[in-house]
Amino acid sequence: MSIHGTVHRYGNDVDTDVIIPARYLNTSRSEELAAHCMEDIDPSFPQRVNKGDVIVAGENFGCGSSREHAPLAIKACGVSLVIAKTFARIFYRNAINIGLAILECPQAAEEIKAGDVVSCDLDSGVIVDETTGKSYRAQPFPPFIRRIIEAGGLLNSLKQETGRNK
Amino acid sequence: MGMTMTQKILAAHAGLEHVEAGQLIEAQLDLVLANDITAPVAIREFERSGAASVCCPDKICLVMDHFTPNKDIKAACQVKATRDFARAQHISHFYDVGKMGIEHALLPEQGLVGAGDCVIGADSHTCTYGALGAFSTGVGSTDMAAGMITQKCWFKVPSAIRILLHGSLPCFVTGKDLILHLIGLIGVDGALYRSLEFTGDGVASLSMDDRFTVCNMAIEAGAKNGIFPVDEKTLDYLSGRFRREATIYQADTDAEYERTIEIDLSRLAPTVAFPHLPENTRTQWDEIPIQQAVIGSCTNGRLSDLRQAAEILSGREVHRDVRCIIIPATQQIYLDALKEGLIETFLHAGAVVSTPTCGPCLGGHMGILADGERCVSTTNRNFVGRMGHVSSEIYLASPYTAAASAVAGRLITAKEI
Repeated sequence: MSIHGTVHRYGNDVDTDVIIPARYLNTSRSEELAAHCMEDIDPSFPQRVNKGDVIVAGENFGCGSSREHAPLAIKACGVSLVIAKTFARIFYRNAINIGLAILECPQAAEEIKAGDVVSCDLDSGVIVDETTGKSYRAQPFPPFIRRIIEAGGLLNSLKQETGRNK
Repeated sequence: MGMTMTQKILAAHAGLEHVEAGQLIEAQLDLVLANDITAPVAIREFERSGAASVCCPDKICLVMDHFTPNKDIKAACQVKATRDFARAQHISHFYDVGKMGIEHALLPEQGLVGAGDCVIGADSHTCTYGALGAFSTGVGSTDMAAGMITQKCWFKVPSAIRILLHGSLPCFVTGKDLILHLIGLIGVDGALYRSLEFTGDGVASLSMDDRFTVCNMAIEAGAKNGIFPVDEKTLDYLSGRFRREATIYQADTDAEYERTIEIDLSRLAPTVAFPHLPENTRTQWDEIPIQQAVIGSCTNGRLSDLRQAAEILSGREVHRDVRCIIIPATQQIYLDALKEGLIETFLHAGAVVSTPTCGPCLGGHMGILADGERCVSTTNRNFVGRMGHVSSEIYLASPYTAAASAVAGRLITAKEI
């Protein structure tokens, strides 16, 4: 699975309340959540973001609540990958479970700038900043996690395995 | 190498003699929890999976506590969908308005969780039950859905940080001040992916309500879980309440900890987390006027929290520029507070008392902040926009500090009143 997109940059401790404020949790419809993604720290993000774009952030991305609405909102915006120095534990699980690609890569998270165009091969974990020409290597996910992400989430992948959706 | 208390509970639920940090295991779950925000997403995933029925209806608990009593039409529809699902799947532990309370106060109170349990909940503060000597952790809705289908969950066995407690808390200093102090010390990712295991001679001095508050905010340091050893106070609490048999696990004497942090409880002071992170803790500050005080939540809405607030508010009045909102966490706590005269004390002081709800803590309803407003709150998060307008500010504190500040109209401790 390969990724190509423009970078949106954020700092440390981006919490789930700013990714998707709780006032919008009276719905779980992805497109409604996407319309408010990041609005409390970056109001124009939902308008600026394009399909395939990449979020790059610092430490502890996704800290706070267990709301799966947070990775859902990011994914529904069209974001194809989040690169961070570290992720909060529950967000990490949730992102995989709903099929949002994420990679921990401290050096890439430090150096890649907003507006850079990056590409990434999830199978190898290689991230290339096409604007600067520099490449980085993140620990790739094992095949079973990649299958979950490619299937679009844990339950889709379970369904594919059991052949229930044939 | 020995195992930590958390590792022992996980090993037992995975049917293994021994586990070590980093190992991937699949554990049997004693309880799977969700609320009115997270259950609808889990139900959608459950239905997408093609599963016909849940694995163990008696081991699922659904609590309608966040946007209830329904704050708007969309919230009402989410609760309705969850209610319909609970009926169709014969889930008896479905708590609706009238029976419901804030989930992490309600489940221990109703005896649905206890020592030795392995619990997941689609709510980050599920880590609260570590106070009872259980392994419990927050997950997302998809994990919750998979848990309903299989009654199992995979975990990466966590390493641990040992928090060695000594002495006892001084007057007007509570479990809230202890956990805020610890988060200030290690930061909001200081325990990322790890267990926080509380131990030491200071544990015995902490009330169950203090322990619930401490474990509740383990997630605010990034922890997978927080956990206390089981002692007489725990067993007293569980007695006549817990519906299954308690299993007591103890950490091995040669258990491995990544680090040990010693805290002398007697040296702690009333502690406040300033905007916009729970790690921004202070024990001294300049003049900070406030417009709202909230006393409640899964962190601090229990009976002893209300007693502490009443101790301060008794014979005093809430400042004219402050709205003081008090929320008993469950119907039983509300009733006990009523019988003890606490509710009367609150009303005489000019506070309002709400039915149980998570409402204002996550900016849902029942006390939303306007631009530039400041709130001292006994809740657990002070992120940007958490309780309302993006320019509002939240100061996390104990019930003593929140009540004293409500009277003074500015951030002060109970010692100063």
